[in-house]
Amino acid sequence: MFRFFLGRLAVLIPTFIGVSIIAFSFIRLLPGDPVALLSGERVMSPERHAEISHQLGFDRPIVVQYLDYLWGVLQGDFGLSIVTKRPVIDQFFELFPATVELSLCAIIFAVVLGIPAGVIAAIKRGSFLDQLIMGTALVGFSMPIFWWGLLLIIVVSGILQWTPVSGRISLMFFFPSVTGFMLIDSLLSGQEGAFQSAFSHLILPTIVLGTIPLAVIARQTRSAMLEVLSEDYVRTARAKGLSTFRVVGIHALRNAMIPVITTIGLQVGVMLAGAILTETIFSWPGIGKWLVDSVFRRDYAVIQGGLLIIAGVIMLVNLAVDLLYGLINPRIRH
Amino acid sequence: MKKLTTLFAATALATLMAGAAWSKTFVYCSEGSPEGFDPGLFTAGTTFDAAAHTAYNRLLEFKKGTTETEPGLAESWTISDDGLEYTFKLRPGVKFQTTEYFTPSRDFNADDVIFSLERQWKSDHPWHGYVTGGSWEYFSGMGLPEVLESIEKVDDMTVKIKLKRREAPFLANLAMPFASIMSKEYADKLQAEGKMNQLNQMPLGTGPFAFVAYQQDAVIRYKAHPDYWGGKQKIDDLVFSITTDAAVRFQKLKAGECHLMPYPNAADVEAMKADPNLKVMEQAGLNVAYLAYNTTQPPFDKVEVRKALNKAINKQAVVDAVFQGQATPATNPIPPTMWSYNDAIEDDTYEPEVAKKMLEDAGVKDLSMKLWAMPVARPYMLNARRAAELMQADFAKIGVNVEIVSYEWAEYLEKSKAKDRDGAVILGWTGDNGDPDNFLDTLLGCDAVGGNNRAQWCNKEFDDLVTKAKETSDVAERTKLYEQAQVVFKREAPWATIDHSLSIVPMRKNVEGFVQSPLGDFAFDGVDIVE
Repeated sequence: MFRFFLGRLAVLIPTFIGVSIIAFSFIRLLPGDPVALLSGERVMSPERHAEISHQLGFDRPIVVQYLDYLWGVLQGDFGLSIVTKRPVIDQFFELFPATVELSLCAIIFAVVLGIPAGVIAAIKRGSFLDQLIMGTALVGFSMPIFWWGLLLIIVVSGILQWTPVSGRISLMFFFPSVTGFMLIDSLLSGQEGAFQSAFSHLILPTIVLGTIPLAVIARQTRSAMLEVLSEDYVRTARAKGLSTFRVVGIHALRNAMIPVITTIGLQVGVMLAGAILTETIFSWPGIGKWLVDSVFRRDYAVIQGGLLIIAGVIMLVNLAVDLLYGLINPRIRH
Repeated sequence: MKKLTTLFAATALATLMAGAAWSKTFVYCSEGSPEGFDPGLFTAGTTFDAAAHTAYNRLLEFKKGTTETEPGLAESWTISDDGLEYTFKLRPGVKFQTTEYFTPSRDFNADDVIFSLERQWKSDHPWHGYVTGGSWEYFSGMGLPEVLESIEKVDDMTVKIKLKRREAPFLANLAMPFASIMSKEYADKLQAEGKMNQLNQMPLGTGPFAFVAYQQDAVIRYKAHPDYWGGKQKIDDLVFSITTDAAVRFQKLKAGECHLMPYPNAADVEAMKADPNLKVMEQAGLNVAYLAYNTTQPPFDKVEVRKALNKAINKQAVVDAVFQGQATPATNPIPPTMWSYNDAIEDDTYEPEVAKKMLEDAGVKDLSMKLWAMPVARPYMLNARRAAELMQADFAKIGVNVEIVSYEWAEYLEKSKAKDRDGAVILGWTGDNGDPDNFLDTLLGCDAVGGNNRAQWCNKEFDDLVTKAKETSDVAERTKLYEQAQVVFKREAPWATIDHSLSIVPMRKNVEGFVQSPLGDFAFDGVDIVE
């Protein structure tokens, strides 16, 4: 197991270095003067330009600049936001819980609906129900997030008025952030109706963000299940006269879950990409919206730092999934 | 962060104790996050709405709904005969806001004015570079560093500003957001504590609303300033709910989650007007789109040719196609909401046959020209390519062959400045300070040739009028001069004026007292919600 871990880590390090080089080059490859881009100063005297250039280290060899950058990154220094002048990493940690909360809800939504849907489709293979589930999954998979989000807002919030339109909680509630998770904080606040408000704000973004993973999980569960159901031991179990529920629920499902777990893990990256659009459309103050807003603000330091942090998070999650998978399924370690 | 949390907690508690349940909260679904809260540092309207029009006041203010100035923190002023010395009498008894983070010990006075302006002006001022990378873009952009001679405190309630040369738009400049008056006492405290950055994060001024808290990219909270010199506001709390997508803003407005929103999607406006819970205000924005001929190049150096082309453009059709009713055809180079707008001027009528004949009379045959279309949408011109195509068809009717060209935006702006560039350029302008000088001299003056003057048009008669107006402080006199200048402009036709886009503001029906600003600001003093 330890060797497996080292192997994974050995892949991770060069990947991270590669990403850091891309992030480092980002400012330098953009059209325009990197000094002006990073400082945010548009009108500069030559002296001022030289001064800032020196402060930012642009007057040193490029390799030294990169190593310096990497050293800073390893110590958690991702630079200062050009606009707010606050450390990028601080802002990231402030906003990350909102994204995690939304992503967790979306994954739970996708798993809770996706696995049963896939199992049913597999058992009823070829039936109308199977075709309906798979057809819906295909539609869900190909749905443009932005359009889907707007459609839900217009119908569910606008016409039916079942849910609020956007944000994390009604603006009438105002309490300190303790954990950063609105569902928990709203309970801690002790304010009446706060939790309900937070919950109702979560519904639509959860559905929108969870749609693609839901479709993927349903399809993956179906195919894994079909494979397992054709195995000898399932046939044996059936021949022994066990109930369908026992055969499917206990024997088949457990084995079919192995590839599904990987699929769920892989959805984390998809989630973060989806969060950029979902958060923007629902004014959800997480890292996705933060990045989009930073693009509009031309806050290159945030784009640069934010992308690197997110890439790091995705890599760590994938590592964790790999390790988990290795634990569940020892065969993969070889 | 810890401090901010404490602040949140304290304010939450205070709000609860004050009986939040009965307070009147006005929610504005703003279109974006402010860049910061020191209006001097930034140039975006979004920032001015969030900082300058809530927390701060200026020496002069724009009279609501107009581009005229009126007394603000300066009660009155006198201008010396040579027009170089401005003496401002300050309003007595003006209180700064008391917030969780600062309790003022004195009223507003001359020190605050001097601090607010000098920090932007003098490079050796301790606050000049207090935000790394921050620059005083508007202050420099309005040419103030070159114009100012000195700012002196005569006594606590009198400030004298000396200029190096006459500058008629100077008073209007002082009413602009960048000239917001900060509290020197607050600044001194921050400086002593080594927390200068806070000035840009937690604003404190004399304005109608006091800052409470900002959650990045999500919400800004203000409460009414109880001792506001203009009287306490009818709403108790003002909340900016930052909602970047226009379609989502509309849904929030419909659902009653906000009371007013800026910048609707053109496609949504009809639905807004049809909604019984909403009302929609509209007026011509402080902008103009134009087609600038190069008046130094033949055959566009002939006024008859330019006039003929102007008469060939079906302007209404262009405006309808590009704006779907959300713009009005432009007659003058300044918008109708601007003071000194000359109502008496008649626009060139659309008469292709007459235009054709005029062109023949001018001896122009088989004219081929380039028509430049901007690659980006601006408020004054949503789709220049479409406008250019319509004009191309119009010109074809009088036998003029048009080739449409376009460049990347920055290149477009740069290339179109060249004195020897070919053809006619579509471009436009949005006013900065509500002064006609900001259009007429900036865009059409002789000094602007090779720069903002895309028509490369230097007409002595026009330039004399505009320059004379710039050097006159008497508004009635200036109005007369600008009206004459517009007559010259229309006669000489260096541009085909295209449109003034409408500024459209949808809101809940129960919102009262909101006044649309021709300068495009969103200010909520005087606003009320009636049930």
